[in-house]
Amino acid sequence: MTRRCHARPAGDARAERDAGSKRNAQAAGEKGAARDARARIAAHGAATGTTSRRATHSAAAFAALAALGQSVDAAAQAANAARTRDARVRPPIETVHVQGNVYMLVGAGGNIAVQIGSDGVLVVDTGTAERSGDVLAAIRQLSNGPIRWIVNTHLHADHTGGNEAISQAGMTVNGNPAAIIAHENVLTRMSEAGAPVTALPLNTFFEDRRDFYFNGEAVFLYHVPTAHTDGDVIVHFRGSDVVVAGGLFSTTHYPVIDANSGGGIDGFIDGLNLILDLTVPAYLQEGGTYVIPGHGRLSDEADVVEYRDMTLFIRDRIAHMIERGLSLEEVLAARPALDYDTRYGNEGGPWTSAAFIEAVYRDLQRKVGSR
Amino acid sequence: MRALAFLLLAAAGPAAAQLSLSGEWVGRYHEDFADRIPGDVQGDFTGVPMNDAARRYAEAFDVTRVAVLEHQCQPYNAPHIYRGPLQFRIWEEKDPATQQIIAYRKYLGTYQQWRTIWMDGRPHPPEHAPHTFMGFSTGEWHGDILTVTTTHIKKEFYRRSGIPSSDRTTMIEHYIRHGNLLSHVVIVTDPDYLTEPYITSQEFVLMERGNQNWLYNCEYAMEVPKPKNDVPHYLPGENPFIRDFADKFGLPFEAVWAGAEAMYPEYMPTVEALMHGQAQ
Repeated sequence: MTRRCHARPAGDARAERDAGSKRNAQAAGEKGAARDARARIAAHGAATGTTSRRATHSAAAFAALAALGQSVDAAAQAANAARTRDARVRPPIETVHVQGNVYMLVGAGGNIAVQIGSDGVLVVDTGTAERSGDVLAAIRQLSNGPIRWIVNTHLHADHTGGNEAISQAGMTVNGNPAAIIAHENVLTRMSEAGAPVTALPLNTFFEDRRDFYFNGEAVFLYHVPTAHTDGDVIVHFRGSDVVVAGGLFSTTHYPVIDANSGGGIDGFIDGLNLILDLTVPAYLQEGGTYVIPGHGRLSDEADVVEYRDMTLFIRDRIAHMIERGLSLEEVLAARPALDYDTRYGNEGGPWTSAAFIEAVYRDLQRKVGSR
Repeated sequence: MRALAFLLLAAAGPAAAQLSLSGEWVGRYHEDFADRIPGDVQGDFTGVPMNDAARRYAEAFDVTRVAVLEHQCQPYNAPHIYRGPLQFRIWEEKDPATQQIIAYRKYLGTYQQWRTIWMDGRPHPPEHAPHTFMGFSTGEWHGDILTVTTTHIKKEFYRRSGIPSSDRTTMIEHYIRHGNLLSHVVIVTDPDYLTEPYITSQEFVLMERGNQNWLYNCEYAMEVPKPKNDVPHYLPGENPFIRDFADKFGLPFEAVWAGAEAMYPEYMPTVEALMHGQAQ
């Protein structure tokens, strides 16, 4: 079930202009970057023994991966969603034309970005496994071109759950399922969790940045270490002027610091600052570069600035409390995020306000202890 | 016969012909002058029904945050922009076939902002639509009063002293024309930072001659050497300016800080008691 809309705010003349422009992509050969990437897949698969692991993957292990993701940002998103709609009703997948070649799909767990054009389809994150059929249907409403690439911004199941189904529905030029790209830490953690090999991002990179050209524009992948997890990637569609923030930015909940997956508060702030480096507002802090958050509404630089400021303020307050010798219980009682609890806080669900404070506290305390 | 034809044509117009708001309007600042024109004093938290979250935010607010690159060109949002010096031009957009008003277009000289007030019954955008500083507005006439509802507004401030407005505010405006005067009433609800609706009003006068100085330019630039990603703020309890307004006007800080409670006449005995207590 899909529903399309154009979500630019009215008052912007573009709202009336390009709603519903459907692009029929034509299959075309992958570019040199893709061939290079495939070579790395083979090398990485051999080096990590991915092939030999295939037989050992079990449904139970993959369920553990799903639980991993759901225990952090997916759960926070789910708690938020539960407040606003009846859980028994599956919300439609809504398609929003962001700008240029890029669309945002909403309603399948984490937000999904879809870039379409003459080279085919590139998908950033794949939502939850149970919504993958709906996501595919939404993609097909945008383009009948082959799904060539999938990029995972991080490992959580609300962003990677549809990997298998969407990859299998796609095709590289040599006839393989669509290639899944991620930072190598994502592959490592998903492999350890026992995800099926067909769901794994076997096309990995380890450097700070990867770039390639697809559908007439440069696509940059920036790795942000020790942030939401240790495998976060920010995707920048340079021509379309759209940034996909993955787990590093949300308009619905506090930053999720998944310490068990290598996350940390300072890296999280670094990631937000990197997004701010990539974004350029069109006029008076509005429009220009658009940012697709991991969860929540389509945003621009001004929204990311507020989120960055908040994260930085709360980090500094907790650091100051640690310097004064306050225990975790005392920090929680002092409510260092009081000014944002009404906006981003959750009292229930796995990612509560207290869980956020505790994650920041423990991360900072660990750093103080290691000095 | 010609007269009959004219009457028939006239009868074919809109069932309820509305007052025209078209024209260029400029503010009259006799109301809340000190707050709106010289600008608010640091530490002025009076008259806004702020909650504890807003208090914490205001306490942490450092005005030098405006020097941060990404904050330098941030305009006031819709609930805030009418509280400063402002002139605006408003005109009607009509369906060429029916002559029904589709929308009012509005250009605000302050920060060179544009608003569209949709009159065609369209719904507000979904929750995941982007926000703007002016938001998304729909309007309807109630008699001779144009009532406008605005959502999808970006986060900003109710007052430059640091009282925040959230991105979940809803703004209701009433435009009430009396000849060449226009009363503008704004009612803001904010689930994040207000304990009750925040109500303000402004007066505007129709200008007979347009004002030409309606442009606003802002280019952000690093003007003071500092670490690029620093964002000035005060830790809880460390804002040295928090009592500036109270001290300047000899008011008890508790009254300045009280929010909704201090907005009503019933609070005056409390103020007197607080001042008496301070005197002792």
